[in-house]
Amino acid sequence: MTAVTPAPPSTAVRPAPAGAAPPGRPAGRSRLRTLAGFAFGAALLFAVAPLVLSDFRLALLAKYLCVAMVAVGIGIAWGRGGMLTLGQGVFFGLGGYAMAMHLKLADAGPGGMPDFMQLYGQLDELPLWWRPFASPWFALPATVLLPMAVAFGLGSLVFRRRVRGAYFAILSQALAAAMVILLIGQQGTTGGTNGLTDIKGFFGYDLDDPVNQRMVYFIIAGTLLALLALTRQLIHSRYGELLVAVRDGEERVRFLGYDPASVKLVAYVVAAGMAGLAGALFVPAVGIISPALIGIVPSIEFVIGVAVGGRATLLGPVLGAVAVAWARTALSERFPGTWTYLQGLLFVVVVAFLPGGLASLWALARRRDVAAQPLRRGRLSLGRRRAERTEVPAA
Amino acid sequence: MTVLFGQLFTGISIGAVLLLIALGLALTFGQMNVINMAHGEFIMAGAYTTYVLQQSITGAGLSLVVALPVAFVVAGTMGVLLEVLLIRRLYARPLDTLLVTWGVSLILQQLARDIFGSPNVQTRAPELLTGNVALPGGLTIANNRLFILALALAAVAALTLALRLTPLGRRIRAVVQNRDLAAVSGIATSRVDRTTFFLGSGLAGLAGVALTLLGPIGPTMGTNLIIDAFLVVVVGGIGQLKGSVIVAFALGVLQATGEYLTTLSVAKVIVFVAIVAFLQWRPQGLFTLRTRSLA
Repeated sequence: MTAVTPAPPSTAVRPAPAGAAPPGRPAGRSRLRTLAGFAFGAALLFAVAPLVLSDFRLALLAKYLCVAMVAVGIGIAWGRGGMLTLGQGVFFGLGGYAMAMHLKLADAGPGGMPDFMQLYGQLDELPLWWRPFASPWFALPATVLLPMAVAFGLGSLVFRRRVRGAYFAILSQALAAAMVILLIGQQGTTGGTNGLTDIKGFFGYDLDDPVNQRMVYFIIAGTLLALLALTRQLIHSRYGELLVAVRDGEERVRFLGYDPASVKLVAYVVAAGMAGLAGALFVPAVGIISPALIGIVPSIEFVIGVAVGGRATLLGPVLGAVAVAWARTALSERFPGTWTYLQGLLFVVVVAFLPGGLASLWALARRRDVAAQPLRRGRLSLGRRRAERTEVPAA
Repeated sequence: MTVLFGQLFTGISIGAVLLLIALGLALTFGQMNVINMAHGEFIMAGAYTTYVLQQSITGAGLSLVVALPVAFVVAGTMGVLLEVLLIRRLYARPLDTLLVTWGVSLILQQLARDIFGSPNVQTRAPELLTGNVALPGGLTIANNRLFILALALAAVAALTLALRLTPLGRRIRAVVQNRDLAAVSGIATSRVDRTTFFLGSGLAGLAGVALTLLGPIGPTMGTNLIIDAFLVVVVGGIGQLKGSVIVAFALGVLQATGEYLTTLSVAKVIVFVAIVAFLQWRPQGLFTLRTRSLA
């Protein structure tokens, strides 16, 4: 919010959304541009990628797009809402496990049990909490609703008590740790460290068949585009502006008569739902879900793509997530050690020196004032005295 | 009764490890509001310091005694480097500090892998610390656990005394309570920050030495410990040490009891739920410094 354009004082709490038309430009053109952008994206995902890429690469892209879905959610919660959630893997995992449980049961057939349960040997019949997942009418909604419910539970507890900033980040990370330990500990019913593997069918379609893999890719690409459209509407709505206001000055919003806890809760729950959906689609694309994919480390890796792309923009998280995931595959195939160094450097360089991500370069080049720039001051922090020190008078 | 006491001691010794790790965080996070995810890698550095020293000093006891101060200085120096190079630029952005230091921790882990190799390494424990103390009633307590408890308590005592009595401690407290007023009174706050960071990171080095007594040393040993330690500081309340001390032991006992009654994995979940519930009651932690700010 460095005031480049001479703006009325109200912009101090209500910055213009990132993609919105700058003052003086008709809103219709902005909408047109967005539509054109979507059409371009759809053409790229649906026409160009399947033609250009081999089956193997297309399957990889499907996997990256799932990560990108999580990133879109993080963009809302963190970039727009200021909640650094380091536990998105939990929601990703809930969605993934719900889907995988259903597919495993479908593979086993009616009355059958997933193979690993016989392998570990202690179970004679299906555990009670597995049973509802046999029905697609339960399992499919659960992939989204279950993560949302967990996020709602945790969020309504902590946001109402004004637990925020780093406290919230650490709690969300601890949630990821607890979830992984629980999954590994309950090996007999969750598959333990191996997770749920070797998923063969997807609603009657054989996942080994490249044609069906391609279908899964199309479903994922379509879902991602739909989520992006939804996100665009969300961040351009009144709610979206309120969310940015809560990020930049929670107390001020409270004094204006809003309830910041509810505003944050909505963003957190939406982000969780997106992560759940991503997890659910990840399973047919990759054929496995395991604790190693959802723990502390993958959870924080979801965040780095968002930071690289530009946390508060619409497309930044998607492009950043895909780029980082692609770079990871490309580099870690050949030089595993180097990738870890590079990943560490990415965290350091991007977050410390380019907090707006690559998108801010674009914005800088176009000399535009962007709400997409995350706040540089420590108002959201738990840093009481530091926050006071750096409190900038509303000039 | 024996079982109860045994569980209690298990809990206390888990708490002692937590405390030793959390103590450094209580300084850097609690006093300075810096979320240093690389703290776990400073622990690792302390542990590897012990390992390296054992290559040249053959006596296990002597090497342990030497390792304590050396690890303190090694980890502390790494902390100061981190503060000077990165963290001081980010004081106004605590969440970003978290991500940046996570990046640093990745780099340090890979560095450790490249230097010492990915497999875990072992150190030799001094003979004195390998046995058990037999208590009346058929109870035994492992010597190394006792040593860690003693080390943790000594560290708390030393830190408390240093903060209370020395001129440096007075300056640190002044900066914590009111940074501006401290600066106006002629305290070089940035130098105090650096010293605080040295002490906090050095304590991580001590924790690393202690952990060599409990298990193998590996590049990722810090990651698993650091979150529990952060939770200790969050629940204990920032700005002072006593909250962290109480909470470390409380969480340790809760974990041990939960483990005894159910399983390790369920106990972790119980601890997490208990923490969220506790924060409903005291969102700012057990003890807080009263301030007039809104946040």
